[in-house]
Amino acid sequence: MEPAAIPYLPRGVRLHRDRVREAWVLLAPERAIMLDEIGHAVLTEIDGARSFSEITAALAAKYDAPQDEIAGDCAGLLGALRARRFLEVRE
Amino acid sequence: MNAETPIVRPPIAMLAELTHRCPLSCPYCSNPVELARVDSELSTETWKDVFRQAADLGVLQLHLSGGEPASRRDLEDLVCAARDAGLYTNLITSGIGLSEKRLRALDEAGLDHVQLSLQGTTPEMADEIGGYNGGFKRKMQVAEWIGAIGFPLTLNAVLHRRNLHQLPRALEMAVEMGARRIEVATVQFHGWALKNRGALMPTMEQAREADRIVTEARARLKGTLVIDYVPADYHSDYPKRCMGGWGSTGLNVAPDGKVLPCHAAESIPHLSFDNVADRPLADIWYRGAAFNAYRGTDWMQEPCRSCARKTVDFGGCRCQAMAVVGDPDATDPVCVKSPHHGALQAQAAAHSVSDAPLVHRAVPARRQTEPTG
Ligand code: SF4
Ligand code: SF4
Repeated sequence: MEPAAIPYLPRGVRLHRDRVREAWVLLAPERAIMLDEIGHAVLTEIDGARSFSEITAALAAKYDAPQDEIAGDCAGLLGALRARRFLEVRE
Repeated sequence: MNAETPIVRPPIAMLAELTHRCPLSCPYCSNPVELARVDSELSTETWKDVFRQAADLGVLQLHLSGGEPASRRDLEDLVCAARDAGLYTNLITSGIGLSEKRLRALDEAGLDHVQLSLQGTTPEMADEIGGYNGGFKRKMQVAEWIGAIGFPLTLNAVLHRRNLHQLPRALEMAVEMGARRIEVATVQFHGWALKNRGALMPTMEQAREADRIVTEARARLKGTLVIDYVPADYHSDYPKRCMGGWGSTGLNVAPDGKVLPCHAAESIPHLSFDNVADRPLADIWYRGAAFNAYRGTDWMQEPCRSCARKTVDFGGCRCQAMAVVGDPDATDPVCVKSPHHGALQAQAAAHSVSDAPLVHRAVPARRQTEPTG
């Protein structure tokens, strides 16, 4: 994902707290994706206003980790969501 | 219970067949041949309670289906209740019965996603298959409203011998409508489709051509359109995993409240089904006899019992084993290891060149017919 790209969740894709499984899930058309702690942390940063690099910088500060490491981790998850059209980007 | 009894996890998805009524009469309808009577349909309040029970049980995705769910006048109210219960709501519709006003009310109620069926890509084909004049035109109008409101859309194209040549156009239409996803579903032979194997069975060439078109389109439309593909069943070497495994991820509630492991499960005569009117949904899921009948792998016969794929496809479809082999415990005859595989392939070849007429599905009875004699 380009550093300047602004990711957002399109209509019909939303975070949901699953009180039965005690976990966060991403609900999307015909899919429910169970999120681990990292996945949840990344998705809660996506607000449709900040760019990918701003998001990874915020996460790097929060978790005290190198930004390119975080960017690498995020790109995998966000790329997979994008391929299913569960995530869109504004360039 | 023995040591091999699988751990039962909560279901993820529930298909609520709100009604068996439908303005269309597709010859491959997955509703049972014995349709639920109109006067046996669950009330609004009962459905709402079932949705709350489902959410408490762990269901995340609710598919509102039928028949045609828009045939229920309380659809908007039901969507609202399902959202309140915390469920993701997906409407599976032919579009017939939806007006712009109703769609706006569904938007207001919180409907998350629409899945629109496609019987063909031309009015001639679609209206012949759906058995409803003007249906295609109406559906195109509904698709426009769906786009204008902004609902995420999946187009569900059901394909068979008569319309498989329209697959390329169906893919184009999905893109034109702004659908994010298309389901390219080759007819599966359950329910009414079993009566129409001669009229609908694709040829082997068609099945392979569809494989090719889908592979090419997936590469070309990457990032624009997600293509989920259900290939022709009788032309495969291995069966499909049934519902992600019997009683493992999903459940169906029929219009009259019967709870089924799959939409075709009533075709298995030895199973008995609980009703939401008599028993809590959670109890039915965890302890109901029909759900436990084919959970895990303990029930299997050979060749499944000693097969490495047994936890991949769980022996395939029980209803298909019933329909074709007459034994619901048998290996799905689609499987190359089934002793009936050869016969099934020969049957499919014969069906694919038959000139049998289309048999459209029937209309549900309004009320209980008086016993005669
Ligand atoms: S033998 Fe049974 S388990 Fe093995 S592939 Fe065939 S259907 Fe699946
Ligand atoms: S066996 Fe499974 S997939 Fe097949 S119809 Fe029955 S439940 Fe559905």
